[in-house]
Amino acid sequence: MAALADTAVVGASAPPGEPLLRVSGLTVDIPTPRGPLRALDDVSFELAPHRTLGLVGESGSGKSMLVRTIMGISPARSTVTGSVRFDGVELTSLPRRAARSYWGRRIAMVFQDPTTSLNPVLTVGRQLTEATRAHLGLGRARATERAVELLDLVSIPEPRRRLRQYPHELSGGMRQRVTIAMALACDPDLLIADEATTALDVTVQKQILDLIAGIQRERGLALILVSHDLGVVAGRTDDIAVLYGGRVAERASTRVLFAGHRHPYSQALLAAVPRLDRPAGAAPRTIPGTPPDLVLAPPGCRFAPRCPSAEDDCHRAAPAPRPGADPTHAYACLHPIPTTKAERR
Amino acid sequence: MTQTTTAHAAVTQPAVTQPAMAQAPARPGALLRVEHLVQRYRARGAVVHAVSDVSFDLLPGECLGLVGESGCGKSTTGRAILQLPRPTAGRVVLDGEDLCALDRRRLRHRRHRLQMIFQDPVAALNPRRRVRDLVVEGLDIQRQLPGGERAARADALLRDVGLDPELVGDRRPHELSGGQCQRVAIARALAVGPDVLVCDEPVASLDVSVQAQVLTLLARLRAEHRLALLFVAHDLAVVRAVVDRVAVMYLGTIAEIGPVDAVYDTPAHPYTRALLDAVPVPDPAVDPEQAPSLTGELPSPLAPPSGCPFRTRCPRAADRCAAERPLPRAVGPDHHVACHFPLVDPLPDSTSGDGSHEDGFGRPAGAGERAGRDRA
Ligand SMILES: Nc1ncnc2c1ncn2[C@@H]1O[C@H](COP(=O)(O)OP(=O)(O)OP(=O)(O)O)[C@@H](O)[C@H]1O
Ligand SMILES: Nc1ncnc2c1ncn2[C@@H]1O[C@H](COP(=O)(O)OP(=O)(O)O)[C@@H](O)[C@H]1O
Ligand code: SF4
Ligand code: SF4
Ligand SMILES: [Mg+2]
Ligand SMILES: [Mg+2]
Repeated sequence: MAALADTAVVGASAPPGEPLLRVSGLTVDIPTPRGPLRALDDVSFELAPHRTLGLVGESGSGKSMLVRTIMGISPARSTVTGSVRFDGVELTSLPRRAARSYWGRRIAMVFQDPTTSLNPVLTVGRQLTEATRAHLGLGRARATERAVELLDLVSIPEPRRRLRQYPHELSGGMRQRVTIAMALACDPDLLIADEATTALDVTVQKQILDLIAGIQRERGLALILVSHDLGVVAGRTDDIAVLYGGRVAERASTRVLFAGHRHPYSQALLAAVPRLDRPAGAAPRTIPGTPPDLVLAPPGCRFAPRCPSAEDDCHRAAPAPRPGADPTHAYACLHPIPTTKAERR
Repeated sequence: MTQTTTAHAAVTQPAVTQPAMAQAPARPGALLRVEHLVQRYRARGAVVHAVSDVSFDLLPGECLGLVGESGCGKSTTGRAILQLPRPTAGRVVLDGEDLCALDRRRLRHRRHRLQMIFQDPVAALNPRRRVRDLVVEGLDIQRQLPGGERAARADALLRDVGLDPELVGDRRPHELSGGQCQRVAIARALAVGPDVLVCDEPVASLDVSVQAQVLTLLARLRAEHRLALLFVAHDLAVVRAVVDRVAVMYLGTIAEIGPVDAVYDTPAHPYTRALLDAVPVPDPAVDPEQAPSLTGELPSPLAPPSGCPFRTRCPRAADRCAAERPLPRAVGPDHHVACHFPLVDPLPDSTSGDGSHEDGFGRPAGAGERAGRDRA
């Protein structure tokens, strides 16, 4: 974890062996009338260039909070501690001016609801050219050409005509393609998609996820795919981090997470996924109870009240991450699921 | 099964421009029969063809899933059954009585037999009322209960849907989670003792873990109360887990309908195949990019394509598909597909096109009358 020279040179890539993104001990506290809410608690993970990380967990588990904090958008009055290093540069303590060359530029994000990221009163063309003119200093004509290229890249037919349209004139799928085009405008090294396809039909979701995968291969982007749907991340990620109550319950390569998970929450989450190949009438298994209250969280494992393997010691202190058999595998559980299944995979 | 002779009716109204399609034969003992349902809306001078000729039936205690892309008319169909609003054309026959033909007062007296729950449970509940009142509100429309009996009934219903009346009875909707709100909405619907429950995306806004809880609850209630369910959803995996039969809708029409195992395991309609192919598989060994992608988007319901509504995106489309609207044909027991070139060979005697042409094309315009006819 040697401190590297802070380079703000755009396009510099992490030295060999150094991950593109390293999040360590990231903790976010938000003041609320009931007391401080710990939205993220000691979150750590790494992401290498060109790789894809899936972030999964129930709603409220902190997925959006995590990626927004990486993007430098944390709620007002919140306290952020810990570290977010991107390409060797610490982002949490970066001066505003310097940060502008990262957020929206080298790290770009696509949100679930395209209506929040698109301005309803500006044409698609205006919004696309604004980004490249501001960030890359392109002239009007060049920016327009670039906008056409971008719409073409995200497979929008008749890009020139679309430039003159307003967001409401487009379907939900088309709007999401436009936001992806905007995110790609400055050629980022890391793209974060926060439930970017959750609101779309499966057919359109597939088109867009395939599109992102193609662009990723072509441009060598790193990708964080946030989804509450394990089906979406299964075939499209290298690694997965499972969040629960603002903590990383388990992280592993995607293969290990599905076949050899050790955390009872990972297991419960996998069992709750409705599957197409399950015989009719066999309902997915439920996880009893509800996610934890992050304001008055008792000490101990946050999954304890719902965990079928919980014992007395689980209620005492938060379990520290333990290494799994695989080098990238870690899980925070005192009484993990036996390895037999994992070893026999 | 398909050869069973069943009388069923077709209907037309002056505004019908498209010929009514033949329908799959109704099954004996159906509790609810939807026949040639049409719903059109006028929006800024144009006509939105939200539902164009949909027919299906529901046996007592049966669960039918309604799936398809956003805007294909699933919710419109569900609401039209409850006469919200009244359909443009067609019949909704509950226990032999056509709801579309009832006047408002008589319809109000049937309302308790059909109930509906919605996708956004929080928005569906009056935010100012307490849970206990919300649950029995429906009862009051039928008959006034004395205060004590009311509360007892509310508590029993809350327990039935897995909520603790002590804990939540006095709360208001915003003090509950999404899953809890959906349970309250279900309790409220059950209060009046319906025979049919229309569930419009009941778990779409819930987390997978909570989804499973609500689905398990619906399955139990269905068995205990012998409830027939129309289960509207865009998530095909969820549908597989809960329904007996499934209808795949495309642009206001039914592309395929049948037992859920038959439709999922041997889909006959190219659109069903495409939908199933797009569903993400929770298995890292499956490469999602290998599955073929459906191109394009749902055409505008303002101007549906001629012939087969799916032809603009269909990999099998041929000239005939633009010229002629495909009529439903049997490809298996109680399994029907509306496609000229289905992926599964139609049964030899499944020429439901016969006679229906005459019925669909040759009717005198301006007649509101119902023409019964027999299938042979
Ligand atoms: N009141 C209305 N006025 C005009 N058009 C309407 C109205 N209600 C629905 N529509 C249109 O009818 C079509 C079918 O809508 P419907 O809400 O039934 O779709 P859906 O299948 O339930 O979609 P979703 O999955 O998005 O809920 C859509 O094109 C919709 O825009
Ligand atoms: N602006 C905010 N103020 C207070 N609490 C917040 C705020 N934003 C999010 N939270 C809380 O932080 C936790 C994590 O939220 P989020 O990251 O949005 O979850 P996810 O994306 O996994 O659904 C939740 O308990 C949520 O209620
Ligand atoms: S630490 Fe204990 S409560 Fe937490 S997941 Fe492991 S067994 Fe369950
Ligand atoms: S009728 Fe033709 S266009 Fe329609 S689904 Fe069948 S093959 Fe495709
Ligand atoms: Mg989120
Ligand atoms: Mg709907």
